[in-house]
Amino acid sequence: MNLQSDQSAVLRTYSPVTCLQGIAGGSLRYDLVIRVLARVAMVLALLWLCIPAVWAAQTTPYKLDIGRGGECVKDPQWMRQNHMHLLKHQRDEVVHKGIRDDKISLKNCIECHASTKDDSVIARNDSFCVACHRYEAVKIDCFDCHSGTRKSAWLQRNAK
Amino acid sequence: MSTSTTSQLKLESTRFKNRLFYFMLAAGGLFVLAGMYAVHMMEEHGHIISGMNNQIVWGLPHVFAIFLIVAASGVLNVASIGSVFGKAIYKVRAPLAGLLSIAMLAGGLTVLMLDLGRPDRIIVAATNFNITSVFAWNIVLYSGLFSLVAVYLWTLMEKRMNIWSKTAGVAVFVWRFILTTGTGLIFAFLTARQAYGSAMLPPMFIILSFAWGMAVFHLVQTVMYAWNEQVLDSAIMDRKKHLLGIFVLASLYMVTVYHFTNMYFANRIGFEYFILRDGGIFPDLFWWGYVGLGNILPLILIYLPGLGRKKCALAASLAVVLGGFAFLYVFIIGGQAFPLSIFPGYEVSSSFGDGQISSYHPSIYEFMLGLSGLAIAFIITSISVRVLNFLPHDKPYIAD
Amino acid sequence: MNDTQNQRRSFLKTSLGVAAVAIAPGFLLFDVAHGHSEAVSAKVRWGMLINTESCADGCNDCVNACNKENGLSGGTLPTDSQWMRKIEIKDISGGHSLSLPMMCQHCEHPPCVDVCPTGASFKRADGIVLVDRHLCIGCRYCMMACPYKARSFVHEPLHDQNPDVPRGRGTVEACSMCVHRIDKGQQPACAEACSNKSILFGNLNDPDSEIAKKIRTVASAQVRSDLGLNPGIRYQGL
Repeated sequence: MNLQSDQSAVLRTYSPVTCLQGIAGGSLRYDLVIRVLARVAMVLALLWLCIPAVWAAQTTPYKLDIGRGGECVKDPQWMRQNHMHLLKHQRDEVVHKGIRDDKISLKNCIECHASTKDDSVIARNDSFCVACHRYEAVKIDCFDCHSGTRKSAWLQRNAK
Repeated sequence: MSTSTTSQLKLESTRFKNRLFYFMLAAGGLFVLAGMYAVHMMEEHGHIISGMNNQIVWGLPHVFAIFLIVAASGVLNVASIGSVFGKAIYKVRAPLAGLLSIAMLAGGLTVLMLDLGRPDRIIVAATNFNITSVFAWNIVLYSGLFSLVAVYLWTLMEKRMNIWSKTAGVAVFVWRFILTTGTGLIFAFLTARQAYGSAMLPPMFIILSFAWGMAVFHLVQTVMYAWNEQVLDSAIMDRKKHLLGIFVLASLYMVTVYHFTNMYFANRIGFEYFILRDGGIFPDLFWWGYVGLGNILPLILIYLPGLGRKKCALAASLAVVLGGFAFLYVFIIGGQAFPLSIFPGYEVSSSFGDGQISSYHPSIYEFMLGLSGLAIAFIITSISVRVLNFLPHDKPYIAD
Repeated sequence: MNDTQNQRRSFLKTSLGVAAVAIAPGFLLFDVAHGHSEAVSAKVRWGMLINTESCADGCNDCVNACNKENGLSGGTLPTDSQWMRKIEIKDISGGHSLSLPMMCQHCEHPPCVDVCPTGASFKRADGIVLVDRHLCIGCRYCMMACPYKARSFVHEPLHDQNPDVPRGRGTVEACSMCVHRIDKGQQPACAEACSNKSILFGNLNDPDSEIAKKIRTVASAQVRSDLGLNPGIRYQGL
């Protein structure tokens, strides 16, 4: 019984409200001030963690460098939504069965969509694959293994 | 006056222990962090920063992981003797054994998984399952053991579920045999390598798991009793000590038979010379580390009369654990270091290390990753024993 | 009631849509097929016959061609990939020595395929053993299982790969018999590069092919034939 009331007293003194009352009332208690400051610091730290997100949200998306572009398989809107299914299907067909459909191969996509400036779909922030995937925050690991360079350009570069 | 001093002292000691607990937890956390840093570095730079290469493809992380997984299966022995064979002093220890099993399995699997070339794709291991791969079976066996032991713990610790504890215990008992068989088979199926490809390996790993699991269990139990200022009944201590002794003897027997069968095959004698006599660090580790430290020393400590009980059992357990690591290092890395015989009867040389003994220098990152597995097991164990009642409560000892 | 029906309808519509998207590529494929539109079949079994008698000691032409074709660095550190290597062998008792290229032997019963947990290691219908790097998690169990040490693990991030030969960090790779060339009707790079014509490439299943005829007439051997893996690479004069 006695112990319980003791505990609630302790709780009361430690609550931020009583602490602020304490400060306002002039009876400054340093330990309580430190506690309040610690909480403020914590809130600030949390806010600080949000900065990158806010900063990222404000950046305008890069203007996409679509390379030569044009419509070859389907219209752009359909491709935007479904290119991954095509590529994944194609990948399994090629690797396991040797069915090489040149038209929807990743190599062929790159052939047209690589930038006319640097022959790549991944070299810059506004490159065809990078700009969109960064904007959509979808991480792809295609180019850990696959070349992002137009084959004709790669051949020229590695001719020697 | 005197009672208040004692209570004061007790309070002091509790406070100290609280601090020590959080300090140790933080230390464990630091080791885990270091391991994660190592993983990050390996993701960033590739396995080139590890000591592993195209000749020694499995290295130190696998030594840690396999020790943890094998010991995780073996520690369940304590539970099985209790639940399946109905021995009371083991039954009260079953919850702790189950916990240790889960903790070590978690640590070992984390290391194994994070050492993959593409740990980010681990989900592929679940979506694409190759039925002929013993590795794929092991994925099922590991996750199965995890859930089975969790259910088993539930039946042990929830009074209303107690009636099922024997059933769960038997299931765990069977499952862990299959699991350690699977671990042995990973190597037993490598028929082309002189070091592996032996039907001796699954039973050998099962017996090794008994010894390593028992040793780990004893280490943890001793620390828990000391922490709680309790004394283990000396009769119980003796029984456990002798059981450890029998397991150590049995495992030494299995390892001996494995090497003898290898020597019997003419095409494997070269490997046996290498691993037991000429291979530099490998024979040293085998004889001094595994046979000396991991077998002879514990056997002396256990069976030589006149030595103190508690400290001897503790030292013996520690020696068995260290010997286990030495054994796995020789088995895994030594087994790969010996050149693969592609053209039997020919002397071969090439740019790819054919016919040469491969060298391996483990890097700090591998150590960090391996230790983080131990740290994960430590953290899971220490938090669990603090929040739940895992300390064995012995009734006054009656021989059964 | 009506509401539930509407919900059902919309659910069905969505499911149909999803199914259509999943199937569409298959139909599309049918329409737009350009390249190699038929699946490879087991009627073909690609293989090689390597003549160790004419394979020159110290000649590395095949290895260099392989490196160039597949974009390998050509380095020989233990962490560097080597899809193909020259092995010098010397009979311990007789002293007779030979030089021969060693690479993936494209077994009929490949141990690497048996042990691979995800099925990333697989054998194509035409006998070529490959790694599907999309499925490879980098566990290296295949490297432990291969009796020929034919496989390498990519230890470093790679850049500027050959567009025809994707390869990358954290996965296992090996000789693909230049599958990208075979599918175009060409020969593997090593066979083309060998100035002594020591590497004969062809279809083992076709009795009229040059390789099948030669195997019928000259003595040839498979490496580690004791393991019963029936490799597609045979060596003459071993």
